[in-house]
Amino acid sequence: MWIYLLKRVFLAVAITVIAVTLVFMMIHAVPGDPAVALLGPRATPEMIAHLHREMGLDKPLAVQIVIFFEGLLQGNLGYDVLSQRPVADIIFEQLPYTIELIFVSILWAVAIAVPLGCYSAMRRNSVIDQLVGIMAVATIAIPSFVMAVYALLIFAVTLHWLPAVGAGQGFLDGLVHLILPAFAVGIGWVGYISRLVRASMMEILGENHVRMARSFGISEWRIGLRYALPLAILPTVTILGVGIAWLLSSAVFIEVVFARPGIGALIVQAVNTRNYAVVIGAVLVTTVVTVLATTASDLIAASLDPRTREKL
Amino acid sequence: MASLEALRGETGPELAPGSFRKTVRQLRKNCLGVLGAALVAIVFASAIFAPLIITHDPTRIMVGPRLADPSLLFLLGTDQLGRDTFSRVMMGGRVPLLVAFASLGSSLAAGLVLGLIAGFGPRWLDNLLLLLFDTIRSFPGIIFALAIIGLLGPSLASMIFVIAITSMPIYARVVRTQTEALRNSEYIAAERTLGAGTTRILAVHVLPNVIGPLLILVSMDVPAVIAVEAGLSFLGLGVRPPTPDWGAILNDGYNYIQQTPWLVVGGGIPIVVATLGFTFLGEALRDMFDPKLRKDL
Repeated sequence: MWIYLLKRVFLAVAITVIAVTLVFMMIHAVPGDPAVALLGPRATPEMIAHLHREMGLDKPLAVQIVIFFEGLLQGNLGYDVLSQRPVADIIFEQLPYTIELIFVSILWAVAIAVPLGCYSAMRRNSVIDQLVGIMAVATIAIPSFVMAVYALLIFAVTLHWLPAVGAGQGFLDGLVHLILPAFAVGIGWVGYISRLVRASMMEILGENHVRMARSFGISEWRIGLRYALPLAILPTVTILGVGIAWLLSSAVFIEVVFARPGIGALIVQAVNTRNYAVVIGAVLVTTVVTVLATTASDLIAASLDPRTREKL
Repeated sequence: MASLEALRGETGPELAPGSFRKTVRQLRKNCLGVLGAALVAIVFASAIFAPLIITHDPTRIMVGPRLADPSLLFLLGTDQLGRDTFSRVMMGGRVPLLVAFASLGSSLAAGLVLGLIAGFGPRWLDNLLLLLFDTIRSFPGIIFALAIIGLLGPSLASMIFVIAITSMPIYARVVRTQTEALRNSEYIAAERTLGAGTTRILAVHVLPNVIGPLLILVSMDVPAVIAVEAGLSFLGLGVRPPTPDWGAILNDGYNYIQQTPWLVVGGGIPIVVATLGFTFLGEALRDMFDPKLRKDL
């Protein structure tokens, strides 16, 4: 286990370093000068040179990368020349909104999906199981932003039941503002997790210890809930680690549609204004979050199931 | 879109062969498959024959009514510039399909080559390529795509490039795993003792074994790519206006959602039809040809 842990953490660090370098190189491989792009066509050579110095662009590429990594280790993600603020400040101001959205979305999705999947596995091929199966494929296939726009059209614009935009103020208002966005992000996960729970639950229901319990005359529901379900939830835990990347991606659209603050909305805005410093910082932070989550879920899986340790 | 492995038809002890319920389920699966094929056919047909179907020039800005409700003249109403929504929707399917085929095609080719190299080449190269695949996979999809498009500037080409790059690692990994398994098989060893070179072994013996599962995997990614394309266009980072595109129409609808629901309907429904159609079809294809696929990913 310890060797696996070390190897896995080393891999995570290596991936992060390569990813950061790749992102950095990308910026410089692009034709055109970021300073020129930022200042517009009417910039004087002096202004460009000044901005170059300010952004550190006058130094060789290798030096720039080293400086960049040095800064990273000190928690410095660079400086945004446009708003005259450190990039880290801007990003960590927005990140909590995204985390809140992702957390609430996954919470309600799991709360609905686990009982659904459990019921589907216990009453397989029942009408409900078949319906859930079709709905699951459909909700996974339909993009979350389409879902979001329709939810907005129906519940906010037409029926006026729920607020359309913003994050709200205070706890209760914030929660009400979260309903539609969390619905749009989570609905696909309801389908996905319910199928996952169903599949692993059915596998477990066929195993020997369950047959043993059955032969003791323990009721089927008790077997399902007490013996099979706790084991069947494990794949869900590990899939959520990998799912962080997907959740972040759908958060981008949902934040734009509902005009919520958050890291997704920040990135879209930064891309539109060609604010490279913020784009790099945001890609960096989200990549690190993704790598952390995948690593954590791999480690959890490895501690639960020793067989997965050999796969590295 | 999340991977669909959880939706795989169940394997396991509960299937009594020939049972009535099994037949019912088979039928249901086939029904969904047929429905998917029908939806896909509609999408293709409307994209191909769009120039014959459309009632107006989809990019012509008209002085007539703006944000109008559907009428006999304008079947789905008009947008904020007075353009005919129906014609725009019909033409709007061409870009997503083009992006899907161009990006998945190039990604398939790149994944195939890199996967063969990783699976058949020396150990260090294999490790290096694996690290590269894992790195690309560790970027959160859309955010990475946004960054690259921000750098390259929004265009059809950047969109295809980004999607190709991000979907390549999974294909490469599948090819690599299969190639590595085949590499140690007896008939490859026999072929080698007969004096066959690496190129011949790869082309004649490994490739045919790898390409089938890979094609199914690619077909299952079509709906995800269509969703990404529509998403990028929705954010205004896809094709440039005035090119008609479903995502762009949906964005127009979103901007004028207080005035008319018809643009949202016109832009959104085709996206739903296309993603559902390709998903159902892909699932059916996978169930028919390779039920175990994606398990070893």
